[in-house]
Amino acid sequence: MVNRSQYRSRPGAQKSSNDRTRARSQRIKQPVGSSIVVNGILVLAGIYFLLPIVWVLIAATKTPGQLFNSFGLWFSDSPQAWQNLVNVFTQDNGIFSVWILNSVLYAAVGAFVAMVISAACGYALAKYVFRGRETLFSIILGGVLVPATVIALPLYFLLNSVGLTGTYWAVLLPSMVSPFGVYLARIHANAAVPDEVIEAARIDGAGDLRIFGSIATRMMMPALVTIFLFQFVTIWNNYLLPLVMLNRTETFPITLGLTLWNSQTQRDPMFYQLVVTGSAVSAILLVVLMVSLQRFWKADLTAGATKG
Amino acid sequence: MTLTATRPKRRFRPALWVLTLPFVIMFALFFIAPIIYAIVDSLFSTKASGLGFGAPEKVFVFLDNYTAALSTPSFVESLGRLLLFSLIEVPLMVVTALGLALLLESARARWPRFFRVLYFVPYGVPGVIAALLWGFLYIPATSPVLQGLAAVGIDIDPLSSSGVLFAIANIALWGFAGYNMLILIAALNAIPTELYEAARIDGASEWSITWNIKLPLVRPSVILVTVFTIIGTLQLFVEPLVLRPLTTAISSDFTPNLAAYNQSFAEGNPSLAAAMAVIVAVIGFVFSFGFLRLVNRKGNRAW
Repeated sequence: MVNRSQYRSRPGAQKSSNDRTRARSQRIKQPVGSSIVVNGILVLAGIYFLLPIVWVLIAATKTPGQLFNSFGLWFSDSPQAWQNLVNVFTQDNGIFSVWILNSVLYAAVGAFVAMVISAACGYALAKYVFRGRETLFSIILGGVLVPATVIALPLYFLLNSVGLTGTYWAVLLPSMVSPFGVYLARIHANAAVPDEVIEAARIDGAGDLRIFGSIATRMMMPALVTIFLFQFVTIWNNYLLPLVMLNRTETFPITLGLTLWNSQTQRDPMFYQLVVTGSAVSAILLVVLMVSLQRFWKADLTAGATKG
Repeated sequence: MTLTATRPKRRFRPALWVLTLPFVIMFALFFIAPIIYAIVDSLFSTKASGLGFGAPEKVFVFLDNYTAALSTPSFVESLGRLLLFSLIEVPLMVVTALGLALLLESARARWPRFFRVLYFVPYGVPGVIAALLWGFLYIPATSPVLQGLAAVGIDIDPLSSSGVLFAIANIALWGFAGYNMLILIAALNAIPTELYEAARIDGASEWSITWNIKLPLVRPSVILVTVFTIIGTLQLFVEPLVLRPLTTAISSDFTPNLAAYNQSFAEGNPSLAAAMAVIVAVIGFVFSFGFLRLVNRKGNRAW
């Protein structure tokens, strides 16, 4: 219950201004030295986390030759970012755009369905008393502990026997299952959907599904966003599943496509530049998404972590 | 637990089925079924009949695939390597994530929000691409870091056989430290500030507040992060696969997952691969549950 109120009052503005006042009053008392140490470490960590991204953004402006004989953290004399982008998007008849679209399709559709069915199941586990409820929940929770790589290989042979391998479905369908999503949804439904509200809606004549669809889902919105984002990133970053399932390049997501190009660098060093520029484009895409959705992430994880 | 709804029980609730069945069916088909399939398949072996003509048949061999896997030196080595990797990666990850979370939440941090986003960004970079990028930063021809170190007389080779596990651990750390840090920051934020005020009035130093209040109260989340990291290390597949062309220190069955993948698709022995996958899963469960039991021993359940 304490958690719920904290969760509700999350919108950060007020809180962080409190933080700032607190921080300022403390900074006066504290020795300047420790402040320099703390912020120095934070800056160093920032450089560490940015290093590969800065490197790839700079490298994406170079010719394949300059990639290997100019200093990695500075631009070459004749940057050619545009030319590299054109190369990436025209190579193999523009297959790179297809890979991006495939990644978006797998991640968005998979994450959306995962969100809907996990939310429904988590809500039911939270708000209905039925026999076997705790057993079911334990089994689902156990699923969180199973490494995804253990599933991928046998799943290939299963889906192969029904002729689904090589199709979009082979990647999409397994991506729709998120045990962690059910776990998050149950915790959120417990905390954010009061029994009284359900009771009142029922007295007003709303059916169970209507209560879930138009009342509970709204109260669980932060959890839904979290489940969606978490699953979106998981699918977008997934490599093994598409690797074992797909065989035609037109169905590849971006991760698989870039490693395909990477495997051709031996044959033709030009592919180095395609891999670098392609990596830069795909990194930018997700970084933009993550930064713009960052405040939603914060809300979600709070609940997931502190109520565990 | 406040789970019990105070409604009169009803005998048949179609809504309950409508809500739970989609997930339960998908979970059964794409999660439980592969696990069962792997376990069953690991007990069989495909034998080519007679002269190699005719359809190969499945023969029940019970635990033969397991003994075969565990008597393959390269597979046992890969298990040992995975264990060693976990010993490097798990403490590195937990200490880094916790350290960054405590520093960012300390009163002395200047731009906590900015740094929080910055550290989280790598989580959005797919593991494959992270490995590709770090691959360039691990070879002297393209790495400004190695060039810089060489200029001051330090020659290190991250892709040498002694350094390659650390090189891989670094990629995983880079990708997931920020995500784990966010989980820990959320836990730190949930601590009521009155506790700090009370402690300060009692004359507690920042260090003792960290040790005696913050750390004990974020313990459940630290455990969560540790278990996630243990599971994550068992998945080790992509990084060695991508770095492999760059170094001779990575064999084709460097990790159990790579070995299983090879058995399935290169060697054409999916039953042996299934046994290998089951072994990894069992080790994962033993580790995760063992760790949970260890930390929950004193009666304070965390998860």
